[in-house]
Amino acid sequence: MSTSTQSAASIQRLQHKRQTLDDAYSPPANFLEIDVCNPETHGVNKDRYTDYEVRMRTNLPVFRLKESSVRRRYSEFEWLRGELERDSKIVVPKLPGKALRLQLPFRGGGDGRFDDEFIEERRRGLEDFINKVTGHPLAQNEKCLHMFLQEQTVDRGYVPGKVRTT
Amino acid sequence: SFFGLVSQGAEIDIVLDGQESRKTAELKLEDGRKERLPLYYDGETVSGKVNILVKKSGTKLEHQGIKIEFVGQIDLYFDRGNRHEFVSMVRELARPGILTQGVCYGFEFVNVEKPYESYSGANVRLRYYLRVTVVKRLSDLVKEQDICVHTLAQYPDLNSSIKMEVGIEDCLHIEFEYNKSKYHLKDVIVGKIFFLLVRIKIRHMEVQIIRRELAGSGPAALNESETLAKFEIMDGAPVRGESIPIRLFLSGYDLTPSMRDVNKKFSVKYYLNLVLVDEEERRYFKQQEITLFRRAEKRRRPIANSYIEQAIFHHRTAQFGQQQQPTTRAQQQQSQATPPLTTPEDAAAAAISPGRHGDANNSAADSPELESGSTHVSPALPAARSAPGIKDVLGEDDDDNY
Repeated sequence: MSTSTQSAASIQRLQHKRQTLDDAYSPPANFLEIDVCNPETHGVNKDRYTDYEVRMRTNLPVFRLKESSVRRRYSEFEWLRGELERDSKIVVPKLPGKALRLQLPFRGGGDGRFDDEFIEERRRGLEDFINKVTGHPLAQNEKCLHMFLQEQTVDRGYVPGKVRTT
Repeated sequence: SFFGLVSQGAEIDIVLDGQESRKTAELKLEDGRKERLPLYYDGETVSGKVNILVKKSGTKLEHQGIKIEFVGQIDLYFDRGNRHEFVSMVRELARPGILTQGVCYGFEFVNVEKPYESYSGANVRLRYYLRVTVVKRLSDLVKEQDICVHTLAQYPDLNSSIKMEVGIEDCLHIEFEYNKSKYHLKDVIVGKIFFLLVRIKIRHMEVQIIRRELAGSGPAALNESETLAKFEIMDGAPVRGESIPIRLFLSGYDLTPSMRDVNKKFSVKYYLNLVLVDEEERRYFKQQEITLFRRAEKRRRPIANSYIEQAIFHHRTAQFGQQQQPTTRAQQQQSQATPPLTTPEDAAAAAISPGRHGDANNSAADSPELESGSTHVSPALPAARSAPGIKDVLGEDDDDNY
């Protein structure tokens, strides 16, 4: 009941093409790094808001710029999520919480949504979100995502669509 | 399964001829337990003896006849009462009369046909059994004895390899190859995966064996998938030009031959599922059907079981020294596939979304597959180009869990 009757030839590895040294040692074709960092709070008192630097480095051909750095705030992440939910076929991951409770005046203690701890937690959540989304093959070519990552400002009046690989 | 044997004063026992020397096979019962049954093949005579013992000596057992039947039937579990007998033979053992003491009848079903293999599955069962009935006025005494049947197939003349290029446009292109399309149950699957384009961050790759059972027909048909094996073949991120070998020994797994539309009641199909997992736990896969068959074993010296033969056997080994193990078997045991690694799909899927848990029952319906670019060689399966394409490819969160 063993494979002793099989010849060695029949279970030999299949022949394969040798990998060229070029392929073996060149940088991988899947390089993609996005950091959400340097939170800064702008404005005073009631009209304050925090934004974050979204820095991207990649060698994926679908992206026009191989390096980009823009500043984005939470509401723009929300906008992006909405666009992706509508246009792409993926199940879009969740954003970190909206912190509505923290915006009430008498929550007591700390700076509410300008609290360092809160900002750090939010930064981490935004970083996870943008990495998950940008790495997804079915969301990678959405115009809204490209605009979000590589244009200085987000134009909410843009024409939705897909980006073709350059 | 047997029922009602000890009631009402008589004990029925079915003894098959040659049971000591006959091979046995394990079969799962309806309740999940495994049972060892004598093994028969198509065309083999099923013969033996029926012993009927009257419980309390002196009592009389009046009956309207004693008969024995050989039955082959298909049970569809979800449709109680849906039992289809495809083989049914009967022998009369005794005319109406009175039993006062133990009695023994011989029976013989000569060269009885057993066209299908015994199968015990999730929603359907195919079994062969002998049934002795002592007909009485109020209620019959019945005893059943199951047997196991295997069907053997010849090594196919045409057994082309399976080679296909699949992927997602601009993101991932791979070419997979399996050395055959038809494998016997103790065979080895030899294959390779060649990476043509890798623009995603792959973390690991595995091969799975999936059994899909289709029971019944029409709208009431039930589809049940079970992942029988998971075997990791690559750990880490590949780049273009890399080839990953596959060697999967089938004898380590609980497999049956592929069954196609048995008696128009059910089918059992096997699939190789190639799964790639990326850094964000997204899963990309390609299922490919393979055919499994049971090959006739090569003739071997029968193991001696009578005392005299054993004595001679010992004498012989003493004369020729240590018994030699076939070397290839030892080698095979060393390189035997390691127990399937469980991947943390459940944890991962829970992290990504409140996804579905449970078995791959719905996999056919909404699991995404890699698109086929081109097909080589094998006419086994055409390259399925799903029209919606992108839509049902790569649903990260819709992924079922194996």
